[in-house]
Amino acid sequence: MGELAIELKGIDKSFGLVHANKDINLKVRKGTIHGIIGENGAGKSTLMSILYGFYQADRGEILVDGRAIDIRDPNTAITAGIGMVHQHFMLVENFTVLENVMLGAEESWILNAGISKARAELKRLEREYALDVNPDAVIEELPVGLQQRVEILKALYRKADILILDEPTGVLTPAEADHLFRILEQLKAQGKTIILITHKLREIMAITDEVSVMRRGEMVATRETAKTSVEELAELMVGRRVLLRVEKGEAHPGDVKLSVKNLTVRDSRGVTMVDDVSFELRAGEIVGIAGVAGNGQSELLEAISGIRRAVSGNVHLGGEAIDVTGHADPAELRRRGLAHVPEDRHHVGLVLKFEESENAILGYHDDPKYRKGFVLDIDAIRADAEANIQKYDIRPPNARLKTANFSGGNQQKIVLAREMERDPDVLIIGQPTRGVDVGAIEFIHKRIIEMRDQGKAVLLVSVELDEIRALSDRILVMFAGRVVGERKPDASEGDLGLLMAGVEGPKEAAE
Amino acid sequence: MSTPYAKLPGWVEYGLIPLVNLVVAFAVAGLVVLLVGESPLEAAYHMVNGAFGRGEYIGFTLYYATTFIFTGLAVAVAFHAGLFNIGGEGQAYVAGIGVALACLWLDRFMPWYVVFPVAILGASLFGAAWAFLPGWFQAKRGSHIVITTIMFNFIAASLMNYMLNRVLKPLGSMSLETRTFEAGGQLPRLDWLMSIFGLSVGTAPFNVTFLLALAASFGVWVLIWRTKLGYEMRTMGHSPSAARYAGIKEARIIVITMMISGALAGMMALNPIMGETYRMQLDFVQGAGFVGIAVALMGRSHPAGIIPAAILFGVLYQGGAEIAFEMPSISRDMIVIIQGLVILFAGALEHMFRPAITRAVLAFSGRGRTQAAVKGA
Ligand SMILES: Nc1ncnc2c1ncn2[C@@H]1O[C@H](COP(=O)(O)OP(=O)(O)OP(=O)(O)O)[C@@H](O)[C@H]1O
Ligand SMILES: [Mg+2]
Repeated sequence: MGELAIELKGIDKSFGLVHANKDINLKVRKGTIHGIIGENGAGKSTLMSILYGFYQADRGEILVDGRAIDIRDPNTAITAGIGMVHQHFMLVENFTVLENVMLGAEESWILNAGISKARAELKRLEREYALDVNPDAVIEELPVGLQQRVEILKALYRKADILILDEPTGVLTPAEADHLFRILEQLKAQGKTIILITHKLREIMAITDEVSVMRRGEMVATRETAKTSVEELAELMVGRRVLLRVEKGEAHPGDVKLSVKNLTVRDSRGVTMVDDVSFELRAGEIVGIAGVAGNGQSELLEAISGIRRAVSGNVHLGGEAIDVTGHADPAELRRRGLAHVPEDRHHVGLVLKFEESENAILGYHDDPKYRKGFVLDIDAIRADAEANIQKYDIRPPNARLKTANFSGGNQQKIVLAREMERDPDVLIIGQPTRGVDVGAIEFIHKRIIEMRDQGKAVLLVSVELDEIRALSDRILVMFAGRVVGERKPDASEGDLGLLMAGVEGPKEAAE
Repeated sequence: MSTPYAKLPGWVEYGLIPLVNLVVAFAVAGLVVLLVGESPLEAAYHMVNGAFGRGEYIGFTLYYATTFIFTGLAVAVAFHAGLFNIGGEGQAYVAGIGVALACLWLDRFMPWYVVFPVAILGASLFGAAWAFLPGWFQAKRGSHIVITTIMFNFIAASLMNYMLNRVLKPLGSMSLETRTFEAGGQLPRLDWLMSIFGLSVGTAPFNVTFLLALAASFGVWVLIWRTKLGYEMRTMGHSPSAARYAGIKEARIIVITMMISGALAGMMALNPIMGETYRMQLDFVQGAGFVGIAVALMGRSHPAGIIPAAILFGVLYQGGAEIAFEMPSISRDMIVIIQGLVILFAGALEHMFRPAITRAVLAFSGRGRTQAAVKGA
């Protein structure tokens, strides 16, 4: 056991006024899976970026296999045997798997010799670690789960002995996540060391040997996984007891706020993604849409919110029709009381290069209260942004910071705050807690239920079945673009699982 | 990869790195001068002296800078919305009609301060109109603006040829130009501004258009960072999918942005026509539209960067003319090479020295602790 793969001593890092890592010490044993958990903005990604050479520590030492090394850039890290799978993938979308794996490790100016060698090596790696991916598939056509495997292959191809994964399961379906964990076990069995960052304590308990907890830039504890519990970890992370269960009372559904009739949506290639879907959403209820990612949930939300044109169907918002097959205008829908938290915060919900306050008005920038004569009222915009920062505990509390410099979970809170604080009638939320820490999940879930109790209609899409079951008053299951069933939230996981897989179970009475 | 490995202090980012790029560009230019058998030091002397040696030279430098500020702003505005307007050349050229018409119409019975606003309006309208079509084609038909604006440059050249040949040329005249404007079509020089610094403009055509350029720079800053339209443009420039989500109408923004861009490029025409020659001549734009691309790149599409970048190119033009004059074996084409090198190092290869400088800065500020580097491993 004893031998250390990585040892960090006194790592310290500030970004301007933000002290992201404070005198961090960490020991990772060889051949183990080591979890790192902590609140959003605790400094996990920063610490790993330092280890991988993306950032330079202001102070501190890094020892790999017992030797102090100066990791100046990712190349040094790779030479030292460290590989990283980032929170957001770094693949060339229109390259093949093989090309991506070779990129930057071509070995010579002439590609051909390298290609056949690389292909052979890739085959060997795939066999050894049960990582099946087609080397000639183009990245953009692969589902996220497979893209992630390509990232892992990339690291292994560069002879990584130590693999860092930053929130690898955030975008995966449960089945994909299971597969990933099998791969990780396999890697561990081969003597590789793995560092895993995640917000899902279940995963920590299931797969890690040891777990370290960060809070506000400090390393506050390291535990042997076998000797700790989800409750203890949650408390260590947040510094207080966390309610891991959602508490909610009876729903009191009122008038129909959103009605969807025979909605059909095709994607840009003409594939039918939403197939003749109908449902109603009432004031004061939360309807959850469960389903494996890619079964039309995204397109459904996009069509309702006016971003994507539907082929046919009728949608009514508060009794008035939305022109979903023509020119539905997202700005106008917002004015009519529809708020939308999109699934993809990086490409849709936020402009990463904007200051936080600029993102806090995205879509609401038309509001006359942000106007002062000809120009935007910057003071009013910042004041609103700061109020949201307070209320949602967005860290660091700086409305002028570039959005890309917020941690993933805090970026999510920026979007949520913007959409929830407008007092909408209908709230459409995709993946509300993707990448968000347990403390914040508790807060977000509470807010969603509060909105319901105030009589808002909430449509929720999430790949987290637990989340759907905890929040929804009714669950619709989507498979291959169709709503294949409706269940009460107390339906068994097995029953929902079968529906999600497209197997129609015995009909449980929905009403 | 766009992620920088380390964030650099402002003085390095906006001071040191551009400076190093410039120095290298000039060093390579020096080598080329050496190659044709001339002394780079002498050339450098003539460049600096030619640009700053006398009030008159400074006047010329700023005269050129004025032109480049307009074309630089034009490119920058479009760039913020994610559009690459290469048509500044044609837009400025066609805008000449607007200026010329205003002058030909009013110059005999109105003072310059009445003619000038009308001419500004004319220049903007014609420039905007010439940019409108490419914008509209992009918005409605998806024809790429880079292609269409280039095509419109050629069309503009033919159109202006026709206009000067058949329409605007006074009867019986042999040269392709309008008649010379009377006093109302002649903008005052900025003698008073220069004399504050104890200098005299001499014959340099440094005129009030310069002040208009400064005002336009401020206007562009307000537009981009302080108005709703600017916000929408930037959203679209950074992320078209976020813009769609926010309900920003892409087609509308494209067309409006292109028209503003064209109007800015168009105002350039005021400087040579009303400020220097007092008539519209064939080819008066002389590549300023293309220089605007380099200026916007160097100035990082921010007015505060565009003004110094435009002045730098003013120096290259004015100082370069002086070199060509003083050193006969160096032709004007040589100057184009130097400008090309500046564009290459300060624009295209902007990041070439960044890693090395980053390392040096980090080492100096004592952040990288002395640790044994990986050997072999
Ligand atoms: N490049 C940067 N510039 C300025 N501040 C930054 C930068 N990168 C990170 N930060 C700040 O450092 C802190 C730590 O961020 P980090 O991304 O490491 O958090 P995290 O623990 O990974 O959070 P999450 O779970 O939300 O991903 C945050 O407050 C963040 O805003
Ligand atoms: Mg992170």
